[in-house]
Amino acid sequence: MTISQNPETTLDREAETGGPQIMISMQGVNKHFGPLHVLRDIDLEVARGQVVVVLGPSGSGKSTLCRTINRLETIDTGSVSIDGRALPQEGKALTRYRADVGMVFQSFNLFAHKTILENVMLAPQKVRKLSKVAARDRAMALLERVGIANQADKLPAQLSGGQQQRVAIARALAMEPKVMLFDEPTSALDPEMVTEVLDVMTSLAKGGMTMLVVTHEMGFARRAADRVVFMADGQILEDTTPEQFFTTPATARARDFLGKILSH
Amino acid sequence: MEILTEYGDQLVTAFTRTIQLAALSAVAALVLGTVLAAMRVSPVWALRTVATAYVNIVRNTPLTLVVLFASFGLAQQLGITLVDPKSPTSITDSSFRLAVLAFSLYTATFVCEAVRAGVNTIPVGQSEAARSLGLGFTQGLRYIVLPQAFRAVIGPLGSILIALIKNTTVASVIGVAEAALLMKEVIENTSALIVVGLIFALGFMCLTLPTGAAFSYLSKKLAVRT
Repeated sequence: MTISQNPETTLDREAETGGPQIMISMQGVNKHFGPLHVLRDIDLEVARGQVVVVLGPSGSGKSTLCRTINRLETIDTGSVSIDGRALPQEGKALTRYRADVGMVFQSFNLFAHKTILENVMLAPQKVRKLSKVAARDRAMALLERVGIANQADKLPAQLSGGQQQRVAIARALAMEPKVMLFDEPTSALDPEMVTEVLDVMTSLAKGGMTMLVVTHEMGFARRAADRVVFMADGQILEDTTPEQFFTTPATARARDFLGKILSH
Repeated sequence: MEILTEYGDQLVTAFTRTIQLAALSAVAALVLGTVLAAMRVSPVWALRTVATAYVNIVRNTPLTLVVLFASFGLAQQLGITLVDPKSPTSITDSSFRLAVLAFSLYTATFVCEAVRAGVNTIPVGQSEAARSLGLGFTQGLRYIVLPQAFRAVIGPLGSILIALIKNTTVASVIGVAEAALLMKEVIENTSALIVVGLIFALGFMCLTLPTGAAFSYLSKKLAVRT
């Protein structure tokens, strides 16, 4: 397991030993929103098959961090790469790169005018150039996997939030991505629907998917994460195991954060 | 009543011309307006600038001037008549085609602004989701954003079409034999200003009221539920 406060040496060592391959790499990333310095010297690496949960108070920059990985937010300085491929600036190279990075949003963002099945089929057909039959087979298999196959012909608005989010996960998986990014996937859900989404995510994690998950779900972090990254004020303050983070957090900010979250 | 019997056939011919003008211009304006809207929301600076300049110039020019420019400017000054000069009906055809061109260019600016307003009502998450799946800008626009934007602005597009139908009367200034030109002729011949005016007003309502009703129906039927 790679816990890298010191990325260069880690990278070198693993290249030599053939250890776990780095799937997501961020080096010296900085970003400003006007005068606000939202990401400060972010160094983060996620190995293949690893599940990293990013925690932190709101405004800490964790969503922005997630969105910079597929360039939904641009960065000012630093570098980002997926599976050794640097994040391109724009154009065809960027769309190819994004096709390999699945993303699940807080507000689901299912295509409102298309059915559930069409939502999952669209990108494999238009981006991966799959035939309609192949795209449909893949989509139905994924909908089956997330338990929505019987709703395939409905429109997103006819589904509950939890169901919509599971479709969104299936839609991202249909591109057979190398990594999956989750930007607060359960924050817009009614409490009784959180579990069904987390269950899908947990089984995905167990299946070996490389995942970066921004969330407030401490239970998921404990159960499914290999690492917990704690952010505050645009910086990564802690990068450790869930066990260590929840039992003996190293920084006062993390202790304060956990106190607020766990006390209620 | 004798006006109707005397001019009945001509009325039908003239209103057919009006319908042709409106229908052809509507299709062309829809296509051009959509392209302009796509340019105005594109990430390319040059495309945005060109489309914005075009819309602001043409939309703020009186339609009569646009039509006159097409006729005098294009046809008489530059010799662009859009027809084969040897054809026996070249003059009539030329006026008609130039009028369609002028209406299309003019109406496209309104279509563009309506579609752009529609694009702005689509939550940014829709295009972010499209981008995150690897769809390019054009694909995102074509498959995700524009289909929803159109459904959101069917009502306003109906109003633009109604305005276009009535605007076709301007074509009479360059001699296109549509309804308004016939109306002038009938008024001169009969001096029955009010009766003739009412007949033609009724004729236009027969075109515009169903148009409005059809667009209201479509607007409800195709609305995207969220």
